[in-house]
Amino acid sequence: MTLNTNLKNIFLVIFTTLILSACSTAKKSADIEGDVYTGKETVEYLAAGVPDRVFFATNKSSLTTASRATLRKQATFLRKNKNLNVTIEGHADERGTREYNLALGERRANAAKDYLMTYGISGKRISVISYGKEKPVNPKSSPLAWSQNRRSVTVKVN
Amino acid sequence: MKKLLFIFIFNFVFLGKALALIEVDITRGNLDPLPIAVSPLHVDIKSENSAGIKIKELGDNISEIIENNFRNTGLFNPLKKDAFVQKPDIAHLKPRFEDWRLIKAQALVTGKLLIKDQKLKVEFRLWDLAAAQEMTALAFTTTPSNWRRVAHIISDKIYERLTGEEGYFDTRIIYVAESGPKNLRIKKLAIMDQDGFNTKYLTLGNELVLTPRFNPTNQMVTYMSYFRNMPRVYLLDIETGTQEVVGNFPGMTFAPRFSPDGKKIIMSFAKDGNSDIFTMDLETRVVERITEHSSIDTSPSFSPDGKYIAFNSDRSGLQQIYVMRSDGSGVKRITFGKGIYGTPVWSPRGDLIAFTKMHKGKFYIGVMRVDGTGERLLTENYYQEAPSWSPNGRVLVFYRETKAGEKGEGFTAKLWSIDITGYNERKLSTKTDASDPSWSSLLSK
Repeated sequence: MTLNTNLKNIFLVIFTTLILSACSTAKKSADIEGDVYTGKETVEYLAAGVPDRVFFATNKSSLTTASRATLRKQATFLRKNKNLNVTIEGHADERGTREYNLALGERRANAAKDYLMTYGISGKRISVISYGKEKPVNPKSSPLAWSQNRRSVTVKVN
Repeated sequence: MKKLLFIFIFNFVFLGKALALIEVDITRGNLDPLPIAVSPLHVDIKSENSAGIKIKELGDNISEIIENNFRNTGLFNPLKKDAFVQKPDIAHLKPRFEDWRLIKAQALVTGKLLIKDQKLKVEFRLWDLAAAQEMTALAFTTTPSNWRRVAHIISDKIYERLTGEEGYFDTRIIYVAESGPKNLRIKKLAIMDQDGFNTKYLTLGNELVLTPRFNPTNQMVTYMSYFRNMPRVYLLDIETGTQEVVGNFPGMTFAPRFSPDGKKIIMSFAKDGNSDIFTMDLETRVVERITEHSSIDTSPSFSPDGKYIAFNSDRSGLQQIYVMRSDGSGVKRITFGKGIYGTPVWSPRGDLIAFTKMHKGKFYIGVMRVDGTGERLLTENYYQEAPSWSPNGRVLVFYRETKAGEKGEGFTAKLWSIDITGYNERKLSTKTDASDPSWSSLLSK
């Protein structure tokens, strides 16, 4: 039974790796998968190996597998640094109305906050702010720039 | 006999014409604007340089403002002054109608200007040239520094007389003045006359400010500010400059607007990833929840009678426009077209809702009836949103952004206006880049 599950897992991992590598060869130039940015160009790091941001699909606030992996790294980092508090900034791209984007940014930041909380980080350590479309990281008007701007960024406060 | 008949018909036609006063139909696109002559104002020369005012210049300026206002409506075609056939003073007493008709003018505006006891006195008359009669006349006395407003008030009176509808020239627009690179924008609240003059900045640009909106008496503005990095709804008294937080909730408050009686502010409050609509009574500070839904509910706008609220929500998946009673009951989706819809704004006449529509990578400003039928898209562009109504419900002002290059170059944000007929789209003149316009009601009412 255990062996069986293990085998299954191994197959799954191999399978996923195959798919991912296929995707990365196919779309490497764009660094976008299904509308979500997967590149590293704009990413900064809270600590070595701990990316500060996750990316979202257009009009969405759901976390991708990659985003969840990033947030788990952030959670581990925050568990190790017990006195550290963070603000999660939620952002949207420029292709939406201003007011809706403010709400959307707030929803994205909270999606990231909720995930950190399920990994044991107290909500008291995390504040949230939405900037809507007001602070693009990439000012260009292109699908790549928009995907980089649809993000939530975890920022150290102290 | 034949000749007699001819004369009879001729007379009949002539009489018919003579009796009809000019009318400008503004309910459909006017492709044939009414030729109007705005004579330079006759200046009482004894007033020249009294109180240190160059009155001749003032007279020219006032008639130029009136001309510009008319031209900008798209409904009138102000004629060139060098074709004018009569001196301003004589024309003002009684124009030689047939001479003015020769230059194809159908209406004539004449006026007189003098300064008496430090006060500016402006008189004007509107003449129907075909009917050879005076249509309206008025006189104002005011402090000389008010001369621009006088020109706008005269424009409103003439517009009202010719179209049968209220004017919108003696009004202001509040907006967000933008400067700096696209990813480090500096935003300030700014206010200007409807024609782009008298720009004043109401904030310094130290913090991000968004979406200012007038109250019904135009003395107060509600807007959103990131003061101390706390995004909240604020209230600003334009005269005194006093600012205060009104949406001090434990989370972000945004998308504020006044109720039509000015007593409440309606806004969104976002907490834990969910945005709902609330009102706050400005006197009692009582907060009322209007929507309760796990979706994003925002951009609320009251109907002019205060009985209904239009807003946008993504409860069906993507942004759509909904209407509900002002207590939050009876929520009904009104947009079902292709694309997504935002920023509903109820017309001051109550009959239409203006909105932003996004479809296949394009942005549209449109109007529809309040039940969602009769959708008309007025303008399509790369990016535009946030319509605001002229007080007479004939014109929309909104902002439009252009595409940016690699480093953000080529990016601009400007205010534009368009008639609800879909005609007369034009860029408003602003000193800086501009967004989030809100049109005041008539100042002199």
